[in-house]
Amino acid sequence: MLLIHCPYCNETLPEAEFTYAGEAHIVRPPDPSALSDDEWEGFLFIRSNVRGPHYERWRHMHGCGRFFNAVRDTVSDRFLTTYPAGQPRPDLASLTAASEPSK
Amino acid sequence: MTRFSAFSLVRNALTGHKHWTEQWPESQPRAEYDVVIVGAGGHGLGAAYYLAREHGITNVAVIDKGWLGGGNTGRNTTIIRSNYLYDESARLFDHAVDLWENLSQELNYNVMYSRRGVLMLAHNVHDVQSFKRHIHSNRLNGVDNRWLTTQECKDYCPPLNISPDARYPVMGGALQERAGTARHDAVAWGYARAAAARGVDIIQNCPVTAIRRNPDGSVAGVETAKGFIKAKKVAVSAAGNTSVVMDSAGVRLPLESYPLQALVSEPVKSCFPCVVMSNAVHAYISQSDKGELVIGSGTDQYTSYSQRGGLPLIEHTIAAITEVFPIFNRMRMLRKWGGIVDVTPDRSAILGKTPVKGLYVNCGWGTGGFKATPGAAHVLAWTVAKDEPHPINAPFTLDRFRTGRLIDEAAAAAVAH
Ligand SMILES: Cc1cc2nc3c(=O)[nH]c(=O)nc-3n(C[C@H](O)[C@H](O)[C@H](O)COP(=O)(O)OP(=O)(O)OC[C@H]3O[C@@H](n4cnc5c(N)ncnc54)[C@H](O)[C@@H]3O)c2cc1C
Ligand SMILES: [Zn+2]
Repeated sequence: MLLIHCPYCNETLPEAEFTYAGEAHIVRPPDPSALSDDEWEGFLFIRSNVRGPHYERWRHMHGCGRFFNAVRDTVSDRFLTTYPAGQPRPDLASLTAASEPSK
Repeated sequence: MTRFSAFSLVRNALTGHKHWTEQWPESQPRAEYDVVIVGAGGHGLGAAYYLAREHGITNVAVIDKGWLGGGNTGRNTTIIRSNYLYDESARLFDHAVDLWENLSQELNYNVMYSRRGVLMLAHNVHDVQSFKRHIHSNRLNGVDNRWLTTQECKDYCPPLNISPDARYPVMGGALQERAGTARHDAVAWGYARAAAARGVDIIQNCPVTAIRRNPDGSVAGVETAKGFIKAKKVAVSAAGNTSVVMDSAGVRLPLESYPLQALVSEPVKSCFPCVVMSNAVHAYISQSDKGELVIGSGTDQYTSYSQRGGLPLIEHTIAAITEVFPIFNRMRMLRKWGGIVDVTPDRSAILGKTPVKGLYVNCGWGTGGFKATPGAAHVLAWTVAKDEPHPINAPFTLDRFRTGRLIDEAAAAAVAH
């Protein structure tokens, strides 16, 4: 079971308290009716599905109930960081240097 | 390569089994091929076999980063059925079941296809309504599937707990009698042996690191751990790793890769006659010919390439199994493992051409592509050979996520399948 740090509660808790909510930083189209079919496809369906550090959303379902973002290495499943929703993407270079994720 | 027959078995038994020849040679890559297939799972190996057998294309290499059949083909719970809701899916999976029926004879290799029947349990009103809808739709498509009452379920599968106060009451079930299981490894080995016998090179322990394209955009070949290999056509059949491979060709896909787990018990005497699936409680079970109970679990909630999976899912699955089949609650489990499954938004496969000329993709089989192996391989070979889809895979385009013409088995089943 993963241990996940909620940036609001500031506690590291078992995965069972959280629900995964997909890739992070996918911005809703400001003017949906102006979107082409290609753009809709990209927004709705295309995902980076990276092998390595992945920006993703989690929700502290059985705790504070709030959404936050995380960077997790999808090969080791190790979390590099978690941060409140709305904050910009943390820089990958600084994260990977700090925690040396296992490959 | 020795042809298997009663005669060759007896002769080799009498000579101490010292004269069996290898089933396929250890190939090293040549500089150039007509077709390179990335991924030596059942789908990739099968496609190589059908390319050689049906289309006379034998200058083919199947390249795998590990050992052949070591991906999801060798990790799955081997449930084979074709009772999917939509016309497109029913045609595709029923095509596969047609091929399964004669596969051992065709390959001269016992894939142990066993038509032992797959029973899907209904535990609530939603299940009853949805299964009956599937049954009607299947019948219109000529796919066998019929409704069993609670008592008929018990008669078909005696270990089942149908007591009215059970935690998961059985309100009936949908039975496909033509469905069943096959020996997963044998499917990979049988296709590998038959393809190699027709001249296909099978190259193991050789990761494909990138797909290279020509200046005009068309496919040029693949970069591998053993150097560049030129190819006129490249077909990617890499299951959970498809996004990574296709990214290198500049093709982004609507896929997410999740761990899916399974486990087996210690072997016991034959006690479980069929396959039972319980979608509502996420438990799938059958008994292998060795006697182990083979139990399938669900996918983790998060994407991952770790090939492990979390323990909470195993706990949930075992809790459900022991409720539905109380006779198993003292059974000891031997081992569990995970595979990485590539899931599409509509839970249907993507099988066909890509925007890159000469590049083909077969992916998105997610939690349920073993059953499709012969069918998918057969139409993939057709698509590569003719540079156009077979009518059966024509609807399974990558383009459908742009046009909106989805094949929404996800909404139809609302669970893993
Ligand atoms: C636990 C579990 C249970 C399942 N149960 C069922 C079931 O009961 N019924 C059912 O129908 N389906 C089931 N499935 C799904 C099924 O296993 C798959 O859909 C199917 O086996 C996919 O076959 P494949 O040949 O496409 O993929 P695989 O067998 O995974 O083959 C893909 C190959 O590509 C190789 N590869 C990947 N990247 C590269 C690279 N860069 N270079 C070279 N090679 C590469 C891999 O090593 C692998 O061998 C299950 C899956 C799992 C994990
Ligand atoms: Zn919290």
